[in-house]
Amino acid sequence: MPGAEIDTEKQFLTATVENGQIHDLASFLNNTPETCFDYLFCESAVDYSDHFMMVYHLDSTKHRHQMVMKTKITDRENPSIDSMCNVWIGAEYHEREIFDLFGIKFNNHPDLRKIFLDNDWVGFPLRKDYTDPVNIVER
Amino acid sequence: MKFNIYDLSSFTSSINQTLMENCSPFWAVTIEMVLVGIAILSFYAIVGLYLVYAERKVCAFMQCRVGPNRVGPYGFFQTIADLIKLLMKELIPIKNADKFLFNLAPFIVIIASFMALAAIPFAKGLHAIDFNIGIFYVMAVTSIGVIGILLAGWSSNNKYSLIGAMRSGAQIVSYELSVGLSLVTIVILSGSLQLSTIVEAQRDGWFLFTGHIPALIAFLVFLVAATAETNRGPFDLAEAESELTAGFHTEYSGIKFAFFFLAEYMNMFIVASIAATMFLGGWMPLHVGGWEAFNNIMDFVPPFFWYIGKTAVVIFIMMWFKWTFPRLRIDQLLTLEWKYLLPINLVNIIIMSFVVLMGWHF
Amino acid sequence: MTEETITGQLEEQEFSINMGPQHPSTHGVLRMILKLKGETVEEVKPQLGYIHRGIEKMCEKLTYAQTIHLTDRLDYMSAHILNEAVCLTVENALEVEIPEHIQYIRTIMDELNRIASHQLWWSAFGMDLGALTTFFYGLRDREKILDIFEETCGARLLLSYNVPGGLMFDIHPNFQKRVKEFITYFRKKLPEYDALLTGNPILQARTKGVGMLTREQAIAYGVSGPSGRGSGFSCDVRKHQPYSAYSKVGFKEILYNEGDSFARYKVRMDEMWESMSIIEQLIDNIPEGNHAVKMKAIIKLPAGEYYQRVEAARGEFGVFVVSDGNKMPYRMKFRSPNFSNLAAINTMASGQKIADLIAIGGSLDFVIPDMDR
Repeated sequence: MPGAEIDTEKQFLTATVENGQIHDLASFLNNTPETCFDYLFCESAVDYSDHFMMVYHLDSTKHRHQMVMKTKITDRENPSIDSMCNVWIGAEYHEREIFDLFGIKFNNHPDLRKIFLDNDWVGFPLRKDYTDPVNIVER
Repeated sequence: MKFNIYDLSSFTSSINQTLMENCSPFWAVTIEMVLVGIAILSFYAIVGLYLVYAERKVCAFMQCRVGPNRVGPYGFFQTIADLIKLLMKELIPIKNADKFLFNLAPFIVIIASFMALAAIPFAKGLHAIDFNIGIFYVMAVTSIGVIGILLAGWSSNNKYSLIGAMRSGAQIVSYELSVGLSLVTIVILSGSLQLSTIVEAQRDGWFLFTGHIPALIAFLVFLVAATAETNRGPFDLAEAESELTAGFHTEYSGIKFAFFFLAEYMNMFIVASIAATMFLGGWMPLHVGGWEAFNNIMDFVPPFFWYIGKTAVVIFIMMWFKWTFPRLRIDQLLTLEWKYLLPINLVNIIIMSFVVLMGWHF
Repeated sequence: MTEETITGQLEEQEFSINMGPQHPSTHGVLRMILKLKGETVEEVKPQLGYIHRGIEKMCEKLTYAQTIHLTDRLDYMSAHILNEAVCLTVENALEVEIPEHIQYIRTIMDELNRIASHQLWWSAFGMDLGALTTFFYGLRDREKILDIFEETCGARLLLSYNVPGGLMFDIHPNFQKRVKEFITYFRKKLPEYDALLTGNPILQARTKGVGMLTREQAIAYGVSGPSGRGSGFSCDVRKHQPYSAYSKVGFKEILYNEGDSFARYKVRMDEMWESMSIIEQLIDNIPEGNHAVKMKAIIKLPAGEYYQRVEAARGEFGVFVVSDGNKMPYRMKFRSPNFSNLAAINTMASGQKIADLIAIGGSLDFVIPDMDR
């Protein structure tokens, strides 16, 4: 995969790619018989203040190996990324959760709605700059 | 006449005689009706309450628990306390419900079960009314109850209630057939629709034993179908509290709910009485041919206790069903009726007719 | 919630029902919007968030030792296993060697917790199907385990017995005796469960062929735990990535290939037997040792990312920690099994009856706080 940064030092083998390539990498890893990463066991987003990091934990039920895919989203105002729903259908709920709590939009998601919070909730709680003077106690 | 010591027909007819002599026939009949009404009403209340108590005790027994044990000895007055609570509870009016039908529904259910009691022979001569089409009357009257359930479900303006009511409608209409046909099998054997005649015909042996295999099959079919007809587990789809919260009576509270609750238990009592009357000889004591001494001892037990005992056995079996089995699904319920019970029943009737024609029964 | 999301587009003869958040069989405050055609379920739309507490956000303001007490509140039925997940993350990140004494006790407690969870599942599953007696059988036996927990750590449900580097206190002197008593007792009682429910033709008719989930679908949805193993998806973390003392015991991963509710039922029933055998292998061999490794008063994880998978009673539980070297996690993500299992419910339940939806929900064994987090 061109442009992928491979890091073998971490707990899992980690591949970091550009935002636009993540979906291609996912389909590649899922469809290639040698990798066969068919089980997405965790999908999370991390807010690094200046960018978001999407972290995908993958497992192969055939070869029993794990790896991590990562990609950066630099646009904080209007973050968006391709949805993984057509690769792993289980990503649907995880992505709805991330959409709800981080405000990251997923292109081609079949049913992108808020999952936990009310529809009229303002702000994205898991972002680092989220403030709630009533419910969050600063120490 | 063998049962003269416990024969109540002379007692009831003497009351009738006295009344007829002392006042005009109109008043005599009115007083008789009031007396019978009071008697049945109190009987209804007591039986209803203690069936609830019995159910809770049986349920506790099945579930390794003690059951009610605080109010009175062995919790004997628990259900009376419950009744008082239900009487005092607020009747919650439902917005957007059809008020008239909503209030009417519990009465239809309870009146249906009440009317059926009239024709049941509790002991010799202890009859409110002895129709010549007694069993037909009981069947017809108990079926009215489903109208109340349908109305309750419809008028509550609640989707769960509506689903429960429609389930109940489909269920009772289907199982009515099996109940009717299994009783027809016995009617063929006894040659009468009159309940007192049917009981008399079982003097020398209950139909369950004298009717050969067809009577046994009819009894089993009747047990299953009757459990279904009374909306009890494993056929309690109309209530199905894990699916439809409480089914057709979700929106009812207080005494209106208590009416449904009591009617359920009374319906169980009625079908158990019918089973006892039609298959187990009603109030007839257990007689074994040739054992004179044994038969005489059995005769000393009053017929009323025979009747209650037999009914209690059937009720216990029905409670046993409820507390052991998971609930069926609606399509499985209808499959059971239309694909299994009904054909079995029809074949069974043919066999029974054949047995009666050839005189193979005892 | 706008009106449109509740009803969606309804065709003729279709109607929608709100199942929950207050409903006897959604096992908590789960709300499912059903699109029905008669009794047939056309579509299930779960609505979450009724018990969302923002635990992931709260963890960002708490130290690692404090976050343990929040993991209890996720899947409260497997509290000990979830506590252990956080402890393992911290211990692996700091590369602390955990003595066998602690590992053995953790594993025994895990399996006791799993049995207790499956007992409650069995009880509630029977209730969902209308067999009310099961509830009392299950709870009667679960009480014995809770008594052992109470004696061990003072708590019955939310144990918080694990701390980073070991256990809060050592086991009670009676622990081994009582666990062995329980195993003897429960080996006699478990066949009762089968006699009461498993062989029942109504139960089999209600569950066989209901809520089908193929192996491929299970993997794609990430349906793990007993629910996934009922579809033939070998996903037992205890087997594939052993932690604590699981590498030292022999046990079978229960797999059924049917993928229906009955297969999921059988997996859990068999897992109780396996759990008992795991406990029996360990209980007599607990090595002597201290109940905790000496840790620093303030635990700081080196900057980096850590992931720990454990097998909770309902499936694979994961903790994803991003640390910036501070005493509090920079980001803590919990991968909860129920959340992923729920995603498959529409696939499993559409086209089935309402009663089947309840059976499917029961066979997936939902714990709602675990979904909402």
